[in-house]
Amino acid sequence: MPSATTVSADDIRDLAHQIRRDVVRSIACAGAGHPGGALGGAEIFAMLYSGVMNHDPGNPKNPQRDRFVLSNGHICAGFYAALARSGYFPPDELATLRKINGHLQGHPARAHMPDTVETSSGPLGQGLSVCNGLAFAARLDNSPARMYCFVGDGEMQEGQLWEALMTAGHHKLTNVTLFISYNALQIDGEVDKVKKVEPLADKLRAFHWNVVDVDGHDVDALLAAVDTAKQTTDRPTAIIARTVMGKGVPYMEDKAAWHGGKLSWDQANEALEALGPARNYTDFAIEGGTK
Amino acid sequence: MTFTGNVDVRDGFGAAIMELGEKNPNVVSMTADLAETMRFQPFAEKYPDRFIQMGISECDMMGTAAGLAMAGKIPFPGTFAVFAASLANQAVRLSIAYNRANVKIAASHGGVTVGGDGATHQAFEDIALMRMLPGMTVICPADANEAYKATMAAAAMDGPVYLRLARGNHPVVTRADAPYQIGTADVLRDGTGVALIATGPMLARALQAADILAAAGLTARVVNMHTIKPLDEKAVIDAARACGAVVTFEEHSVLGGLGGAVAEVLARELPTPMEMVGIQDTFGESGEPDEILVKYGLTADAVVAGAQKVVRRKK
Repeated sequence: MPSATTVSADDIRDLAHQIRRDVVRSIACAGAGHPGGALGGAEIFAMLYSGVMNHDPGNPKNPQRDRFVLSNGHICAGFYAALARSGYFPPDELATLRKINGHLQGHPARAHMPDTVETSSGPLGQGLSVCNGLAFAARLDNSPARMYCFVGDGEMQEGQLWEALMTAGHHKLTNVTLFISYNALQIDGEVDKVKKVEPLADKLRAFHWNVVDVDGHDVDALLAAVDTAKQTTDRPTAIIARTVMGKGVPYMEDKAAWHGGKLSWDQANEALEALGPARNYTDFAIEGGTK
Repeated sequence: MTFTGNVDVRDGFGAAIMELGEKNPNVVSMTADLAETMRFQPFAEKYPDRFIQMGISECDMMGTAAGLAMAGKIPFPGTFAVFAASLANQAVRLSIAYNRANVKIAASHGGVTVGGDGATHQAFEDIALMRMLPGMTVICPADANEAYKATMAAAAMDGPVYLRLARGNHPVVTRADAPYQIGTADVLRDGTGVALIATGPMLARALQAADILAAAGLTARVVNMHTIKPLDEKAVIDAARACGAVVTFEEHSVLGGLGGAVAEVLARELPTPMEMVGIQDTFGESGEPDEILVKYGLTADAVVAGAQKVVRRKK
């Protein structure tokens, strides 16, 4: 199984690069989707699936596996790309995102991907509760498995998430690590103007969480933050990862409009040109080619 | 486990959960600040590792239960029916039902039995809300004996279950030694004049109604429909065919609950005159449970009146 010691930060960065290409191309195939947050989370997805999590595509139901819960399910294009590039399914299937009779639903669905999606998600604020349940079970089983949950900063406006934060803090679920992709934007604009979540770190600490604040695109910093989480033995850890919505695609960067919507092949090709090719990966095939 | 006399339905659940704790190390009980009322206290004391106090966080409890289930545990999150079905509906829908998570939702205080607490705490819509969720099994035990059996059966099956428990003492009318199978209705009394299909503690009143009707010369088939979903459609059709008239009886809104479920089947398979005795699309109010049942027409007399009305429409 891959681990942080065997996979170099450079390789993780290269995977993140390909995840970005896959996000753009799969959403272009679908005609619409949620590219902004998926591009912003690319390093986190890449790091978890290639350098951090104890998982095995050849034995996906291993009870001792680490678990990933994508709470803000709308950014699933990045999650699906990480799964495909890790060997859970052929990357060519990324062309079927959001298509009828496909596995790759518009939001992750366990019913359609029982081996790879730990929990269905989409309605915001609900993933951490499930993650906590997985963590309680691991504790009961004396399993070393660790749980990683991904949420957006706008998602912090959901009430159930704070219930779950309180639960993990109170019950000292040290096997839970929460990534908060903090791009300061949500559908209706700046999080700070829509409804403030700040002072976020203080709030999390008040809920009995360890808090680390890092650049969400700095792989070395992210790896160090995960190590801190593993070494913290009296409380769960939240990693506030400063990300840029639409990262890597100049016309999308820092634009709330790219939370979600239509994506034409003209726009996609402009994005792919800006991104450039990845070093160790090739793009998935698209039946009939691109436009 | 055998109960007789007047017993709280939750006591059957409590006995079962203790037995499950002993027999099955995967069973986990959880509550949102209602350990005592859910009959979890003895379990919590004997199996502290497998009891999770969630605090007053029902949505979070349902989501956490889903996570436990997907890691192989059999969680029983317990709270009032109104919180389990309405307040936490988002988490039950997404994390439990859509994931097909093996969670057994224990919902007490179904119907009017909270009495004095009033409409805010009276669940009249929970069966309908849970019945709408694909893959959700919905069970409403008639008494403590059946609550025990239903809890054991729920733990033994794979898939999400909504177990609706009444609060307060109710006469035990089912036999401890009678076979019990989720999804299979029991015919407690045979007759051909009218079919009385009841669920939950209303079953005892349906049996009283059958006595009154028998004295007036109308024999009633009494069907214990302890499982609302999957509904025993054959039992419904057989009763309608044998009697030609049906009265449903539930401590729940007539919209979307047992009455709705029976009507859906009969409209499709065997259109039959029906009356639905239950809450008539209204909120409740404070009062003693028995007073509320009388005021809102959930009595043996109301079933008798419904039966007399529906038989006049027989073909």
